[in-house]
Amino acid sequence: MAQLSARPFPPGRYPIVVVGSGPGGLQLSYYLQRLGLEHATISTDPGPGGMFRRYPLFQRLNTWSKPYAMAERGTRPYEWYDWNSLVADDPELRSLVSQSMDGISYFPSRAEMEKGLVAFAEGAGIQVRYGCRWESTRREDDGLTLITPDGEYRCTAAVFAVGMAEPWKPPIPGMEDVPHYVDTKPAKAYAGKHVFLIGKRNSGFEIADALLPWARQIVLGSPRPPVLTVLTGGGVRAKYLVPYEDHVLGGGVFVLEAAIERVDRTREGWRVATAETAGGAREFVMDEVIACTGFTMPLGDLPDIGVATFQQGRLPRMSPFWESTSVPGIYFAGTITQGAFGLRKHGGSGNSAAVGGFRHNARVLAEHLAKKFGMVLPRPTLRPADVILYLLSEATRAPEMLNQKAYLARVVSFDSSRGIIDEGILPLASFVDESGPDGVAISVETDEHGHHHPAVYLRREGHVGEHALPPNALLNFEGAQYQEQLAGLLSGLL
Amino acid sequence: MGNRDADDIVDILAALALFADLSRPQLQAVAHTFEEEWFTEGQRILRQGFTGSNFYVILDGEAAVRIDGQTRATLARGDFFGEVSVLLGEPPTADVVALRPLRCIALAGAETEAFLTSYPRVMYRMLQAQARRLRNANLWRS
Repeated sequence: MAQLSARPFPPGRYPIVVVGSGPGGLQLSYYLQRLGLEHATISTDPGPGGMFRRYPLFQRLNTWSKPYAMAERGTRPYEWYDWNSLVADDPELRSLVSQSMDGISYFPSRAEMEKGLVAFAEGAGIQVRYGCRWESTRREDDGLTLITPDGEYRCTAAVFAVGMAEPWKPPIPGMEDVPHYVDTKPAKAYAGKHVFLIGKRNSGFEIADALLPWARQIVLGSPRPPVLTVLTGGGVRAKYLVPYEDHVLGGGVFVLEAAIERVDRTREGWRVATAETAGGAREFVMDEVIACTGFTMPLGDLPDIGVATFQQGRLPRMSPFWESTSVPGIYFAGTITQGAFGLRKHGGSGNSAAVGGFRHNARVLAEHLAKKFGMVLPRPTLRPADVILYLLSEATRAPEMLNQKAYLARVVSFDSSRGIIDEGILPLASFVDESGPDGVAISVETDEHGHHHPAVYLRREGHVGEHALPPNALLNFEGAQYQEQLAGLLSGLL
Repeated sequence: MGNRDADDIVDILAALALFADLSRPQLQAVAHTFEEEWFTEGQRILRQGFTGSNFYVILDGEAAVRIDGQTRATLARGDFFGEVSVLLGEPPTADVVALRPLRCIALAGAETEAFLTSYPRVMYRMLQAQARRLRNANLWRS
């Protein structure tokens, strides 16, 4: 394994520096390498894997990798059925997580996920200077300098793929003493105890699920009701719904809509003062309290050099191509890209928080950086007779569009001199809001009823219009009805 | 804690007319239910004719309501937009564009009905604001 013994990328000047060796950093480095774009990747960690070297706490992911799926393993369409493997042009680097799974679950274990990431890094020959901590940052006239104990890295563009790995707690009195999710003890340590979990997102329900065989009573409290993926398409995954069913059936799990007013340590345990949103106050005397309140990006000194943030400083504000809106040249990759919302259609903002989504962002970012550095990327042309079926095929099986609904799109442009150009996968927001030649973008979207359908965005003479195509129960958008409708929309362009 | 730019959203909401009748725990629930979003100057938040828009409340900044490129109104802190599209289930008839950095909270269109029926006082305040807009539009016409 490429570890501390091999120390590539000594301090110096590089066009691009990537910080991080989790899935976000590895995926970006892979595509930069494919494009021949010189870069240095540095990481605090001693090896690849990022957060998956430690988390999830209870050692199994909540995102699927299906060894047997409706597409052949190792193909591009299969990537939709394997949300955890990194993506690659080389067939031997595809589906590495699903290949390492033991068949017990279609959710890989943490160890299987880490093994897949290590195999990707080794197979792709991704070089990382491990054990090299980014400590601070300086803006220069011609770029940025990243300071590490090994020395200074000067670059034109820096990409931070440092995860959302820093525990975060809201500013509630007494919270500073409350153990965070990351401090949770082995489940059996909670045997016979009354446990209060602050927070009702995946991490709260993950712990509740693990404690069901052990805890005497589990209370999950936070101001809003839980949001469940099975109902809204986003939120708490079905894997963790057993505690919620227990709550519905009245078995000793209680899911409360209550603001946490304060938490006090007592000699015997904890007192949790709550104010319910429906009115009334309640105080809980508990043996254990755990803050399942999420994580923040380890921003370091980036806000001090002008990187604007939001959501209580937890995420940087960024462009559709994941560049800081306030400090040019600073980009983000990995789960931090969830801070770019796209069009937010029906409230959705893609799946950039998870590997399944952000792995596709990485390729788009690598190509965007290549253009920024003056590289001309050859794009394939299409014959007019092929455009309709090509776009509909993409809507039916392109993993980028299925993983990143209403967020990434296949874009084709129509140029009288160059012909019909396949511009690749791009952020939908960039196609809709930026100027460009006549063109069409197709994405897959989920409407207010939960139906998946293609949406076509047509740009003519600078004006972009949206045309929603109907849903299909079997998610096959290639039939005659779709061909006719798309042909009508593209009339005059083909 | 990473709170360098954190002015408490709950405190901002408490000062807005739309949420004036809510208790502190209810304001916290609102802050957890809506998503905070930022837009840069010139960025579109609502897009004329596009499906799937959301309901927005402005926390800070200024936005223009534009129909076919013509500015019809400006919106500022405490104003809300997107509700007409959400309530009628139709695409917006106007663009809303940030005139300077704009900080909002947003709620998915599909969640808006459940939110408003859970908080009828917010719905009433929204009706009052709509009534004022209608009155002003009628005054302008006359």
